[in-house]
Amino acid sequence: MSDLLAALNSLRERLKEIPQADERRLQELKTELLGRKAGALTDILKGLPALDPETRRTIGGAANALKRDLAHAIAARELELKRGATALADVDLTLPGRPQWRGGVHIVTQVVDEICDIFKELGFTRVVGPEAETERYNFYALNFPKDHPALDAQDSFYLGGDVLLRTHTSPVQIRTLESYPPPIRIVVPGRCYRRDPFDASHSPVFEQIEGFAVDEGITFVDFKATLAAFARRIFSPTTKVRFRPSYFPFTEPSAEMDVQCQICGGSGCAACKQTGWMEILGSGMVHPAVLENCKLDSEKYTGFAWGMGPERIAMLRYGIPDIRLFFDSDVRFLEQFIR
Amino acid sequence: MIVSRRWLESLLGRPLEGRDVSDRLARQVAPVDGVVPIHQDLREVLVARVLEVRQHPNADRLSLCVVDAGGAAPLEVVCGAPNVQAGKAYPFAPAGATLPGGLKLERRKIRGVESNGMLCSAKELGLGVDHAGILELQTDAPPGTPFLEAVPIADEQIIIDVSANRPDLLCHKGVARELAVSLAATVKLPPIPASASQSPVTRKDRGVVDGVEVRVDDPEGAPRYMIAVIRGVKVQPSPPWLATRLQGIGQRSINNIVDATNYILFEVNQPLHAFDLAKLRGPAVVVRRATSGERIVTLDGVERKLTPEMTVICDDQRPQIVAGVMGSAESEISAATTDIVLECAYFQPTRIRRTRRALGVSSESSYRFERGIDMLGMPEAMGRAIDLIRALAGGEMREPPIDLWPEPQKSRSVFLRDARVGHLLGVPVPRKEIERLLSAVGFVAAPKDDRLAVQIPGWRPDVTREVDLIEEVARLRGYDSFPDELRPYRPGTVPDAPAELTLHRIREQLVASGNGLLEARTLPFGPADGPDAVAVLNPLSAEEAHLRSRLLPGLIRRVEYNWAMGNRDVRLFEVGTVFRASGRPTDRPAEELHLAIVLTGARHPPHWTDSTNAAKLPDMDIWDLKQHFELAVGLAAGSDDVQPAANGSGWGPLEADAPKWAAPLFGLEVKIVVAPPSPVRYQPLPSQPSVVRDISLVLPGSVTAGAVDVVLRRQGGRLLERLDVLDEYRGAGLPAGTRGVTWRCTFRAPDKTLTEREAVEVLERMLRAAEADLDVHRRQA
Repeated sequence: MSDLLAALNSLRERLKEIPQADERRLQELKTELLGRKAGALTDILKGLPALDPETRRTIGGAANALKRDLAHAIAARELELKRGATALADVDLTLPGRPQWRGGVHIVTQVVDEICDIFKELGFTRVVGPEAETERYNFYALNFPKDHPALDAQDSFYLGGDVLLRTHTSPVQIRTLESYPPPIRIVVPGRCYRRDPFDASHSPVFEQIEGFAVDEGITFVDFKATLAAFARRIFSPTTKVRFRPSYFPFTEPSAEMDVQCQICGGSGCAACKQTGWMEILGSGMVHPAVLENCKLDSEKYTGFAWGMGPERIAMLRYGIPDIRLFFDSDVRFLEQFIR
Repeated sequence: MIVSRRWLESLLGRPLEGRDVSDRLARQVAPVDGVVPIHQDLREVLVARVLEVRQHPNADRLSLCVVDAGGAAPLEVVCGAPNVQAGKAYPFAPAGATLPGGLKLERRKIRGVESNGMLCSAKELGLGVDHAGILELQTDAPPGTPFLEAVPIADEQIIIDVSANRPDLLCHKGVARELAVSLAATVKLPPIPASASQSPVTRKDRGVVDGVEVRVDDPEGAPRYMIAVIRGVKVQPSPPWLATRLQGIGQRSINNIVDATNYILFEVNQPLHAFDLAKLRGPAVVVRRATSGERIVTLDGVERKLTPEMTVICDDQRPQIVAGVMGSAESEISAATTDIVLECAYFQPTRIRRTRRALGVSSESSYRFERGIDMLGMPEAMGRAIDLIRALAGGEMREPPIDLWPEPQKSRSVFLRDARVGHLLGVPVPRKEIERLLSAVGFVAAPKDDRLAVQIPGWRPDVTREVDLIEEVARLRGYDSFPDELRPYRPGTVPDAPAELTLHRIREQLVASGNGLLEARTLPFGPADGPDAVAVLNPLSAEEAHLRSRLLPGLIRRVEYNWAMGNRDVRLFEVGTVFRASGRPTDRPAEELHLAIVLTGARHPPHWTDSTNAAKLPDMDIWDLKQHFELAVGLAAGSDDVQPAANGSGWGPLEADAPKWAAPLFGLEVKIVVAPPSPVRYQPLPSQPSVVRDISLVLPGSVTAGAVDVVLRRQGGRLLERLDVLDEYRGAGLPAGTRGVTWRCTFRAPDKTLTEREAVEVLERMLRAAEADLDVHRRQA
């Protein structure tokens, strides 16, 4: 019995070899110790029935405990080797891992979603409208005077008759007022068209996001606060904003919103023409004529509206120098904005 | 609109700083596009005093001057001008300086003597045409002072982006009026020596002034029309102050008469037209509509055809001026002109706009008439113009000007409720403050009942209703003076647009698909891409003359662009609007949302563990396209049992202009059905074991795997949990015209352990049905 115990003890010593074994050595050890045909421990276990009950109990208990320990150690080492996490001194983990293609939505889409999400928190729902419009929706219901120089800035693509490609998302103001009662709080992303030549800073097709709120008691303070809150969210909480007089036929008072130049921080640089400010959006209080054109009582209801260009915001924020890059669809450009 | 800082200074009687002006205007009035210093090409020119003039040793016509240019020691300068005199000051360009036109002065020997620079003439400085001698300076500035500081030509152009509703800002007086508010200054026009000017004589629509018959036959086109006759003027170059004023805002100086009218134009925004009395037949000035087919040769030498939509100024016989737009070459002021007719008019804005658009020509005058000038300010402008012309060119006015104004207008009034100001602006503004702000820019406010009756000055045609006055209050008070505190609001009644939600979901899912799809946004213009393509009437180019009716052609162009950039692996998708003609061209086209995908290049990015032979990297093939198709249909069409049409329309391998190294290009396009995503319900996880059997079937040529799939599933019923294609085999061992397809069938009962026998029973039923319905047999091993 004592030689059997000694044999078991010497086999237990072999446990120490297991954590150091490489894949091949581990297989050898497995066969040598636990192999069904000639494993050292298997031999002992096979001999058990021949022993007297007392010895059988002692040796059997020890042998089975050892078998369990060996099997555990081998399984643990096997797993370790399979994971390849350690010990494989000849694996150069500085080599790159196996890549996969990665997809992504367009950076302008990302910016549109981000802007709409910010306004969602401010209570605005997201709606859309047609890209081909009539002059009534695109101009006249929005209080553009007929034959007026204000139309010059809206050089349009015509499709026939008075049908044109919308020059801004503002027609959706009219379409919404015609279909829903106040309170109205909407943002309207969408493609717009102006007959500008395609160059670094102009595109005949561009994205715009309209915003529009109408209810009783909406004031210039609400208007400023909502847009300033937006600017601080999309840029930074400390971004300074300012509002300046402007002119749009469908807002009165009209304003442009500037934010502190995102490049120089306000000290003046070439990008902001030394003013320290960058124009972000055109806006104002809804002109009473717009409400009246939609049969709403302009004494009772007031509101505000704005329009901004996500491409321009993306250019400012990411330092993109040429608007045409958005449309080229060079995969090397698109891949830069995967996130 | 370009305004001159110096000109503003003269109206406000105080010095200004360009950047400060720009900032004040931007905050309270109108955006400023830039502040541009002029004559910057003279930055390096200095004032120099000539100490001594000697004869050049080697040249009779040259002199050698010793010049103090502010440096440590006097400099020797060779000079060719006959008028150089010791003791006088001249502009001096030192060696190394660059002069207007880009001429860089080198230190060089002139006839053997080194010259350290150049004393300059007005022409060399770009300041005039006088090249007879160097420019003598009347200045006490010490030698070495920059020329621009010593002479009053340095100026800044302030470029104001004047909106279409503010014609009052198209002149210096109007801009100064606004600046005066924030500077607490007053605007005063510089005095012109008065020539005992006589007030105009008002008549209805006709009259005679100094022998010239004046008649307005088109009072709609010219509601107010004034004419003065000045005889015996001397046409000559303008004095320097006037030329400098005009040059400062980028206008050419022409002669004293024309410059005087331009000066008044830019001073008080009243276009004026002076023409030669001697050229007028009659002599008569008749304002009427042009007759059809009438022609005129305008100042620019172009013969233009007129229509009755246009107002013209005629003499006894023919048109001399396209009213408010451009005069004729015939009656233009020339050096020989002695008697002039001076016109000061208000032309109807819409008429002018249509005329200049029809003729394709515009001028400083038409720009202003189109926006509306100050009809009430005309006599003052006319008076100043007459005074200025007589001060500059002499001449006498025998009779007062005539003023044809058939329907005189008084200034308009608009009521303003103080309560409404607070109601709209969110902050109450006291009546006193409202009055103060409005009166600062020329409104006259008087209390009437509980309101203010506000008289609108003639130069503000844009102010027509209460809200316009509220804007004035807000802007003059300063938008910054209003707080931006977020106040409670009521939620809106408009739901999110289903189309936006659908597009958002499709984009997210395509990106999440793991196929590496990048979203493209292409221009929706191109050549006609189908029978329903909508034409653009005024396209930018012939290649972009139609709106897309499909997305794929535009995406293929983007793939070709990528190929041109050397990008081989291109996987793009686009979701967007396509247009289809609907009915007549004057109807709005139908708009649909489409999804399109294009694929080309390797299926996976390369990795160093791959075969070293890069050519073996698999490219995407028709099965990658099919996977994308299944994905796209599942996302876009709200159903996943759509199969591609057999003729390949809307999907398949695409023709494109591909380089040799490019991989095959595949694409697909589907119409997006706007719908909420199909509802998801939890399926209990299986608790019973499954039975799996593989079956190999022989399909006759006409039978598709899809058809077999349908039959097998129908017979498999609820016990057939999955049915997956494992393999397709064509070739040896099969009857000609057939193929083998292997399916793996997974059977499971949700509530009990399925026995082999039960599973095989179902399988046999499936096989019998396939045989009966489709003549599909089990393949013999």
